[in-house]
Amino acid sequence: MKPENKQVPNEWFRWTEKDVKAAEVVSRPSLSYWSDAWYRLIKNKLAMLGMFFLVIVVFLAIFGPIISPYEVTKMDQPNQFHPPSKDHWFGTDQHGRDVFTRTWYGARVSLFVGLMAALIDFCIGIIYGGIAGYKGGRVDNIMMRIVEVLYGIPYLLVVILLLVIMEPSLTTIIIALTVTGWVGMARIVRGQVLQIKNYEFVLASKSFGTNTSRIIRRNLIPNTMGPIIVQLTLTVPSAIFAEAFLSFLGLGIQSPYASWGTMASDSLGAILSGHWWTLFFPAFFISFTMFAFNVLGDGLQDALDPKLRK
Amino acid sequence: MLRYILKRFLTMIVTIWIIVTITFVLMISIPGSPLNEERGTSESVQRNLESYYNLDQPYHIQYILYLKSIVTLDFGPSIKQPNQTVNDLLGQGFPISFELGMVTILVALLSGVTLGIIAALKHNGFIDYMAMSVAVLGISIPNFVLSTLLIQQLAVNLNLLPPATWASPLHMVLPVAALATGPMAIIARLTRSTMLEVLTQDYIKMARAKGLSPWKIVIKHALKNALMPVITIIGTLLAGILTGTFVIEKIFAIPGMGRYFVESINQRDYPVIMGTTVFYSVFLVVMLFLVDIIYGLLDPRIKLHKKEGE
Repeated sequence: MKPENKQVPNEWFRWTEKDVKAAEVVSRPSLSYWSDAWYRLIKNKLAMLGMFFLVIVVFLAIFGPIISPYEVTKMDQPNQFHPPSKDHWFGTDQHGRDVFTRTWYGARVSLFVGLMAALIDFCIGIIYGGIAGYKGGRVDNIMMRIVEVLYGIPYLLVVILLLVIMEPSLTTIIIALTVTGWVGMARIVRGQVLQIKNYEFVLASKSFGTNTSRIIRRNLIPNTMGPIIVQLTLTVPSAIFAEAFLSFLGLGIQSPYASWGTMASDSLGAILSGHWWTLFFPAFFISFTMFAFNVLGDGLQDALDPKLRK
Repeated sequence: MLRYILKRFLTMIVTIWIIVTITFVLMISIPGSPLNEERGTSESVQRNLESYYNLDQPYHIQYILYLKSIVTLDFGPSIKQPNQTVNDLLGQGFPISFELGMVTILVALLSGVTLGIIAALKHNGFIDYMAMSVAVLGISIPNFVLSTLLIQQLAVNLNLLPPATWASPLHMVLPVAALATGPMAIIARLTRSTMLEVLTQDYIKMARAKGLSPWKIVIKHALKNALMPVITIIGTLLAGILTGTFVIEKIFAIPGMGRYFVESINQRDYPVIMGTTVFYSVFLVVMLFLVDIIYGLLDPRIKLHKKEGE
């Protein structure tokens, strides 16, 4: 049936001026990948909570030992096992040392170990995984065989062995943690690089004549950095845990210096005698920090996944 | 299939060889002779001891002897515990640690999978939210913190359970709970995410359309596929549980291998450290191998005889 148009006379219609350019103008500001990811991260309440916690921990790790009038290693035997009070906010330990100062000093150690381990893993992983993925073929095959073998080695056992042999220090711990820790990152980077090679939309934007830097910025980084950043965020809590674990076994930071693990280990006996604060504060803040990093990592995982972009 | 097993077997052998070699290199790089601390020994006794431990041989001979001792599973005598060989210690401690580890992984699997399924079925509901909060907490709280918390609350304050040692099933509750929480949380999260993915698949819709009861769909159809990723991480979880036993056995005074290991670390009893590390590493690598083979047998989608490089 042909539509009849009796009510609207034909004279009412007229040609508009055709403006090709106007049709192409993007009327709303385009959200870049990062601002979109940021927007989604902000909407994730749990991740924001994690970020907020981290800000608190970092702030106190920087300023805690500064504002406290006590020294980290200063022993004050007559003042041992003071419960938390106005003078000693977190109480004192079995040598009369201020737990508040030691807790935030320990936070510095933990955060430093975590961040350094993540950074070093990232550097080695990017180079190794990048080369393996980029070269492909035989090189990739051999490099990945090596990774496979290293991946099978129980990581904490090797770290324990290394620490038994080497002088215990902060540097030693970081070296020990990264000796086998980079393998996971290398695997992820390689996987991402292999993916890049096969992306059709990269070919598509090349054929539109997009320049290389724009392809890297708009296509490659958004689609590959997500898993790498997530891996980075999750490396930090596992390194913090490893440091606490090793210190707990007596292989980490050596007394009289403080780390959360050593503090928890030293005060094991104290909980039975009722001096709960010597254990509670370091234990609480290890869990607090690991929780913060874990939920932030989860949030980033969702926020940075380009497939979930709305 | 055979080809795949053979390939994995070779990788396993190479991994073990690398672990053994690293251990050897570390052992000979210890400054001074491991016997130096034996006091009151004359020159000739020292030399006799050295030849008894083959320390007077050149490194390559020592290496071969070392490899031979490992193949024959003879890790030599302990330096610090007179009349005890490393094998004696392993024989006494390992069965207990093994029991602890196996009970833990079973508890973690059962509770983690159940939690994950419930969370997935009540997706975005209150139960889901609760279960995942518990899971994030479980990942964030280190096991040594959790175990001290459990001892203080359940054993000391409420006097419900024995706080330490390894005598009856009741004694197992606290250490297993402390050790299983982390793996349980990881399994629950993994089960939930794969379960959510599986539940959207066409064959689940089909099963639903056929009028199957929800539980039958979950148990018979969904779970089978949702559990596959869980199987792949059992190997890594075992490594975590095993290193966890070091700390747990120390805290709960359980006479397992982990406690000997920690003691040997503190006493720098090198043969015990080396022997235990090698033993545990080999144990874990073999477990990883078995898990991989089981995975290959279970998942019909993996064609194991596919050409490599796929």
